[in-house]
Amino acid sequence: MSIAAASHGFLSPTGVEIAFLLVGLVTFGAALVTVTTRQLVHAALWLVVALGGLAVEYLLLTAEFIAWVQVLIYVGSVVVLLLFGLMLTKAPIGRSPDADSGNRWAALAVAVAAATALVWVVVDAFRTTWIDLDGAAAGSTKVTGESLFRNWVLPFEALSVLLLAALVGAIVLSRKAKAAAPAAARTPGAHDDRGAKEGAR
Amino acid sequence: MHLVYPAVLSALLFCTGLYGVLARRNAILVLMSVELMLNAVNLNLVAFDVWLSRAATETLHSGQALTLFTIAIAAAEIGIGLAIVLAVHRNRGTSDIDRLRDAAEGPDDSDDGPDSDAAARARAAEKAEATA
Amino acid sequence: MTTTTLAVLVPLLPFLGAVAGLLLGRTAPGFVRPLAVLPTLASLVLTVLVAARQGGGRAVDAATELTPTGSVPIELALHIDGFAALVAVLVGIVATCVQIYSTGYLRDDPRYPSYAALVSLFTSAMLLVVYSGDLIVLLVGWEVMGICSYFLVGHYWETPEARAASLKAFLVTKLGDVPFLIGLFALGTAAGSFRITKVLGAVASGGLHHPTVIALLLLAGVAGKSAQFPLHTWLPDAMAGPTPVSALIHAATMVAAGVYFVARLLPVFQASAAAMTVLAAMAAVTMAGSALAALAQDDVKRVLAYSTISQLGYMTGALAVGDRGAAVFHLLSHGAFKALLFLAAGVIIHAAGTNSLAAMSRMSNLRDRVPDAYWTMTVALLALAAIPPFSGFFSKESVLGAAEHVASGHTDHAPGAAGWTVLVAGLVTALLTGAYAMRLWLRAFRGRGTEAPDHGKQPLVMNAVLWVLAVPSLAFGGLAFRLLPAWFDGRDLSPTLTTSVLGTGIALVGGIVTYGAWQHTTALAARVPLGAVAAHPEADAGLVEAEAIASHEPAYGDIAYAPDPADPGRLLLGPLHRHAAVGFHLDAVYAALFVRPVLAGASLVRFLDREVVETYVRGAGAAPRLLGAAVRRAQTGNVQTYVSALLAGTVILAVAAVLLATGV
Repeated sequence: MSIAAASHGFLSPTGVEIAFLLVGLVTFGAALVTVTTRQLVHAALWLVVALGGLAVEYLLLTAEFIAWVQVLIYVGSVVVLLLFGLMLTKAPIGRSPDADSGNRWAALAVAVAAATALVWVVVDAFRTTWIDLDGAAAGSTKVTGESLFRNWVLPFEALSVLLLAALVGAIVLSRKAKAAAPAAARTPGAHDDRGAKEGAR
Repeated sequence: MHLVYPAVLSALLFCTGLYGVLARRNAILVLMSVELMLNAVNLNLVAFDVWLSRAATETLHSGQALTLFTIAIAAAEIGIGLAIVLAVHRNRGTSDIDRLRDAAEGPDDSDDGPDSDAAARARAAEKAEATA
Repeated sequence: MTTTTLAVLVPLLPFLGAVAGLLLGRTAPGFVRPLAVLPTLASLVLTVLVAARQGGGRAVDAATELTPTGSVPIELALHIDGFAALVAVLVGIVATCVQIYSTGYLRDDPRYPSYAALVSLFTSAMLLVVYSGDLIVLLVGWEVMGICSYFLVGHYWETPEARAASLKAFLVTKLGDVPFLIGLFALGTAAGSFRITKVLGAVASGGLHHPTVIALLLLAGVAGKSAQFPLHTWLPDAMAGPTPVSALIHAATMVAAGVYFVARLLPVFQASAAAMTVLAAMAAVTMAGSALAALAQDDVKRVLAYSTISQLGYMTGALAVGDRGAAVFHLLSHGAFKALLFLAAGVIIHAAGTNSLAAMSRMSNLRDRVPDAYWTMTVALLALAAIPPFSGFFSKESVLGAAEHVASGHTDHAPGAAGWTVLVAGLVTALLTGAYAMRLWLRAFRGRGTEAPDHGKQPLVMNAVLWVLAVPSLAFGGLAFRLLPAWFDGRDLSPTLTTSVLGTGIALVGGIVTYGAWQHTTALAARVPLGAVAAHPEADAGLVEAEAIASHEPAYGDIAYAPDPADPGRLLLGPLHRHAAVGFHLDAVYAALFVRPVLAGASLVRFLDREVVETYVRGAGAAPRLLGAAVRRAQTGNVQTYVSALLAGTVILAVAAVLLATGV
């Protein structure tokens, strides 16, 4: 049921589109600040903004379960972990002059080139594609759960093995620590992973 | 909604993450950038899944399932990644990526360059730390 | 057994002996001496049998072709006429004597097994040359002799003299062998066969178109092998080898191979008057010049070496006047007495502990220490000086007679000028021969001064061999000159009255003048003490000789010369003495003409190689190295740089793929 582009012009956006664009701008801006700011802790906090913006975008796309998982895991645990990491590696608080390496301009060139290419291809390919957001939510908990436990059970269980391996790996890596503090700090991190998985279930 | 909006946002986020991976000096910031890239992919997956669940008669909701998997794997990855960064930091006294240059080829075979000096300094610092 | 079978066995037995000796030398030392002596002895018996059966009659010819070899066939062929049969007997006798003598002479030498095997191999090669009826087979023996000579001269390779001498002998003879090889090919192609009989047949029927070129090319090889001027310089230096080797190779057999070769193919040379003239001039220069040089040498073996060259000059002189009977007659008698001279000289060197005549002349009673060597050497020197009735007299008179015959214009087979050249040179050489033989005898056995050291009796085998060889030196000539014409071409070999009286008289004059000079100078000997004696006089003869040769140059300043005012040769030669001692500077001339240009060329090539070619090679290496350094610079160890490059490449590839797919 493909919708012809003729009925939906880019010059007459719907309300959802406007909301999506605004949140998207915020998200993109937060992401840009994350990768460019000189204050390392601020980078983590701006990452929270970007990830939260993405959760809103999921909601706008009617994928509500994923939106909450995003908030729970990313905003809740991953960013916390990253902050722990920053602190444990004695990252400087405040502006650090050498946050970017000398590779910056090459990186910028590559990134801009990649962005140009990707945007061009994507726009060229999906200029006319329309997502019909009316009707039942595409990503409600019920729908997602049914899909997950009906069609994706085996990968789901395999994933739990992966998480177990990650847990063991994190413990092994941290057991090499001479000081007790880093190990103690990372063990809750592994618990968070576990919790994330439980949350996903 | 036009599919182009999430797709373009996803592309831009991905390239932002890409820039961060290539340009950031601190390993943890690199990890953050990796998270950005993963999220860009997630957005793509969700958007296309939503589009396909309307456009196609039968769908497995594979996009959303894969998004969930990606999130779980990203969580695992961030845990292991941080553990590695901490281990490196503990060993070398730094988590700056461009100072971890053991794979560098020196100007000639006898000269190990400044990187080995940095490593030596890091080892010395670690020793001092251990005795303190 | 047929004569052919016997003749095939003759070269085969020493060859098998050599192979067995080389194989068993280390594992079974007890077999080495029998393996050295017995095959040689057996082949001596066989050569005598072959000679008896051939009996100077029709030549024995046999040939078998192993495999077709292209246009000009190479056959394993025998051609045994009177010359071949008798020369083979000579080779057998001398080789057997040398092998027996060596068992005593090199009694304690650790390299005796390989030495004996090489001597056997050499004997086999020489017998092959003598019996071969095919020029290529002859060439095989010819070259094997060259190789064996190289190894045997270098037997004491620890000393630099021996190394240099062996190299020199090899290079100089090879220098002659190259034209020789070309000459053989030319001859074989012109005659359509390498068989000697067919070649001679082609010559007789006038089938040879360029006889002069071929003859001169062959002469170069003959000059190298037979040590004729100007390729004779290797022979005096080859005295750095052990004395038995000198006796076998450089007196009796190998150097005789050239003369024998010319004798076999004499019609080829006679087809060209120019070649005969060159041969005559070569013979004259060789015999007179080397006799002068012999008069000035201090090393007893070098005296004998120059004497050998001189006597070989007689033989080529006889060939130059077209009388190969006389040439081979002199070859036979000279082979016997020269081998005897060398072997006796070995005994004397052992007893005196020095090879220097200057040192020997300051020892009294040396002759009482070695009575056998004294008497046999006296006999041999008389034979060398051609005093009747010793064998040298008859053979040399046959040469002089032949030259006189030609000079007086009785023949048309050789130019008269050649005859005169050979006759005059032969008479001059007779005078000089008498002089240097006398000088050698007086200096060695009539020394005055301290008592000669006593090292006990010489080994019995060595003395026995001397007496065996003394018999033909004493009696061979007188008996043979009547019998030999039947074996040879039939030309009369008996001495004529004119040349006999002239030659003997001149030789006696030379001896007497030398005696007078010696009387005059010998008083000086006491005033100038000289002499160096080997460090281990009790050791076996080979070691004593090696030490004597090695110490000559440090002791006297030159390998060939001693600053001894008591030398009668110095008085006789006057200002010429200094030049004669170094062989008339021929080595220096060669050094200037050939050695230095070659060395300069070598250094030029070295320069080109090291500086020019090497630069290209280095450049070829440097460019990739620079490139590698540039690439290495990219290996910063910074992972982000790597990933940047990787992703940039990915982007480019992806864009390219998209562009291609969309066909923009």
